[in-house]
Amino acid sequence: MVRYNQMVVDEMSPSEVDRLFHALADATRRDIVQRVAGTGLSITELARRYPMTMTAVQKHVGVLVDAGLVTKRRHGREQRVIGNLAAVQRAQQLLAHFEQLWRVRVAAMADILDETDEGARA
Amino acid sequence: MTVTAVVPDPEGLTLTVTAEFAADVERAWQLWSDPRQLERWWGPPTYPATVVEHDLRPGGLVTYFMTGPEGDTPGGLWRVLEVEPPKFLLLEDAFADADGNPIEDLPKTLTRVRIAAREAGGSVMTIESVFPSLESMEQLTAMGMVEGITQAVGQMDAILAA
Repeated sequence: MVRYNQMVVDEMSPSEVDRLFHALADATRRDIVQRVAGTGLSITELARRYPMTMTAVQKHVGVLVDAGLVTKRRHGREQRVIGNLAAVQRAQQLLAHFEQLWRVRVAAMADILDETDEGARA
Repeated sequence: MTVTAVVPDPEGLTLTVTAEFAADVERAWQLWSDPRQLERWWGPPTYPATVVEHDLRPGGLVTYFMTGPEGDTPGGLWRVLEVEPPKFLLLEDAFADADGNPIEDLPKTLTRVRIAAREAGGSVMTIESVFPSLESMEQLTAMGMVEGITQAVGQMDAILAA
């Protein structure tokens, strides 16, 4: 987790750093970042928690997306807002599935190549 | 195992798999360029693939369908974006309907393949998959094929461990 944060800050350009600080300069936005850190929340669920319009909440979320702090993700009929660290962890889990798929494919490739190898030697 | 490296990049949403083979570059390329060989490894054991059309030229299409354990036949197609036999291939893998037409709403994966000669002989194949979004990865996983394979691998591990 520390390594991830470190890496992100190291790679940021001055304008990205500006966006990050601007995003975190607002109490509502800081609150949103904390609330969506786990499994995320839909825009509707978020809007219910603040005394402001849905549009205003969406605007805050937009600023957080631009700063790279949260990601919007379609989940069925609604948009879910999820903290980026959680998103990276989920991506890691999903990539592990695709890794398995390719391991099985490569094993099949090796079998095919071995067959022709034996055929050539015979 | 022939897989020598796996590099997942959860921030860039890419997966790079490197494999080494005793076969030379030309022979390894045939795994992609010969439809009969391709269909023997593309579909996981639970979803064997049948390649219908196979035109591995820039702008060409490769269409296929797979046959699932319940008789379902999900289709797919590759759009060949760049090809440099026998060492480079860039394709976009999409889902297709029963007539082999692309389903544009479903997620597409970009696949970049490089095959190079090894100094010690044989070849090294690098396969990079680029996913457009986390959401598309969720969707692809939920569609059964990837999940099916993970389960199948789990079963094999269980058998080997017994």
